[in-house]
Amino acid sequence: MSAASLAARTPGAAFMLGVLAVGFAAATPGFASLPNLVNVLLQSSVLLLIALPMTLVIMTEGLDLSVGAVLTLASVVLALVATASGSVTLAILAGLAVGFSCGAVNGWLVAGLDLPPFVATLGTLGMVQGVALAASGGQSVVGLPPTLLVWYGGHVAMLPLPIVIVALAYTAMHVLLYRTSFGSHVFALGGNREALAFAGIRYRGTLAAVYALNGLMAGFAAILFTARLDAGHPTAGIGTEFDAIAAVAVGGTSFERGNGWLPGTVLGVLTIGVLRNGLNLLAVPSSLHVACIGVLVILAFVIEGAKGTAP
Amino acid sequence: MSRALAQLLARVLAVLALCAVLALLSDVFLTRGNIVNVLRQTSLLFFLASGLTLVVLTAGLDLSVGANISLAACVAGTAMKATGEPLLGAALGLGIGAAVGLCNGLMVALLRIPSFIATYGMLWVLQGAAYAYMAGQPVYGFPRAFRLIGVGTVGGIPVPILLMAAVLALGSVFTARTIWGQQIYAIGANATAARLSGVPVKRRLILVYLLSGATTGLAALIFLARLNSAEADIGGELTLPAIAAVLIGGASLFGGVGSLFGTFIGALLLTLVLNGMNLLEVDARWQPFVTGAIILAAVWIDMRTGRMFAARAEKGG
Repeated sequence: MSAASLAARTPGAAFMLGVLAVGFAAATPGFASLPNLVNVLLQSSVLLLIALPMTLVIMTEGLDLSVGAVLTLASVVLALVATASGSVTLAILAGLAVGFSCGAVNGWLVAGLDLPPFVATLGTLGMVQGVALAASGGQSVVGLPPTLLVWYGGHVAMLPLPIVIVALAYTAMHVLLYRTSFGSHVFALGGNREALAFAGIRYRGTLAAVYALNGLMAGFAAILFTARLDAGHPTAGIGTEFDAIAAVAVGGTSFERGNGWLPGTVLGVLTIGVLRNGLNLLAVPSSLHVACIGVLVILAFVIEGAKGTAP
Repeated sequence: MSRALAQLLARVLAVLALCAVLALLSDVFLTRGNIVNVLRQTSLLFFLASGLTLVVLTAGLDLSVGANISLAACVAGTAMKATGEPLLGAALGLGIGAAVGLCNGLMVALLRIPSFIATYGMLWVLQGAAYAYMAGQPVYGFPRAFRLIGVGTVGGIPVPILLMAAVLALGSVFTARTIWGQQIYAIGANATAARLSGVPVKRRLILVYLLSGATTGLAALIFLARLNSAEADIGGELTLPAIAAVLIGGASLFGGVGSLFGTFIGALLLTLVLNGMNLLEVDARWQPFVTGAIILAAVWIDMRTGRMFAARAEKGG
């Protein structure tokens, strides 16, 4: 990437993060402490796992509104299997399977049946949410084996385990997007789908795979999510898709030209993590956090629009 | 037969078939109480879906309608509780609904934010505002005069059903028989062509979102009057059914195709399904599942029949 395009992209994401961080550091003494910053990273881990593959989905000019519901269902199933069988491995596999299946269904609806992505995933949102409510009976699933909690609370060589996991996940996603032909196809799906067809590349499989990957990663995020809550809760993940979409938007990925930028999504996730953390420290009611993130998204689009119309 | 008419006829037949099945399965279905109940529930969904239909006609989407209901109902409810003034409550409910719609319209038309993103951001702004405003407390017990718009009757017919008939009639004339209505169809069919033909695209788009907000405000008032209570998440679950009603009604997400009568049939069909589930004692937790599945089926059928007709037209058949 050239320095010019880096400079053109950096302001939106890094600028917001910088302003928020400086503002919160000035406003509350607790913000700029090491334990709190580690806490921001920890709390951002689940969102990053969701937002990374969401970047790819949005790069294909798509959207996945169902991912919060998929995270919820995977978490509920994981918790149900863990409490019923006592086997953490089996539970994790079940959660991953749920995530992957939901993602594959979305991929089939979008790539196979040609349904508009936001309606297809709005439909699956309702369906997956319904299954999560019915499977849990509307109640939290509690009494998880302690070995599951290590996924969120454990450490590897002094580093918190979730931070190690998201670092690995980012590396894998970066290589996938920037170093493989799959990644090139994802770029082309958003910017120039016809060129793919003319080149004789069967893009439908790639498109379906992007949604399946998104679901699989939601299943993966459900492990950390469930360990953090110490429960499978039938509505806890609702709205996560909004944070993820917001993070991608703030990170400078275009919703119309498929012009994605994975490092920007990391900045976007951190921006939202810092925003929520800072608002918490300032004792702003949590209900207003989403309102602030909504404003942030609209700001990101205004910035994006200003860049788009600039010469 | 034209494609639109054939599809509308198919939907009316589906409603009749569904009624026949429900009448066979349940003794209660054909009672006057249940029919009035179905129509009353349809009216709420229709108010929400009518403005949304206009938005969809322009190839847009308004995901904020449910959260808009929450905020409008909560503010109107608390104001009436505090002052006892039904008119103040009605003005606030309609005003907030319309103001939110105006903001959506400005974001879409002037800032050129994709509509589903702009209204999705708005959804969370409104939901957050409603939660913060109510601070976890419900509000209930509104003036009797206000409650009449939800539970009153005129000549034996419930007020919401009369209002639904009025909105349907006025809205149909507006969309089908006025220049502004035709311009809305033109924007959805081809925005560039519409602009080049002299249609003031930005102003019509703002109007469409404003109307969607206003009908949402109306829905909030009727919901409030019927339930006689409000809490912060009162409207959250209504967005999905409203979108479903529009799509079942035959409006195309690609714009330019659809009608208010179709949306009425869509709202009726969805209400019948949910009513049937209630009568047959299906767990209410499955309702979002069924609504989601119906959305997918409706869009899929719409695309299939669209292709069928397009293919037939190509062959000259």
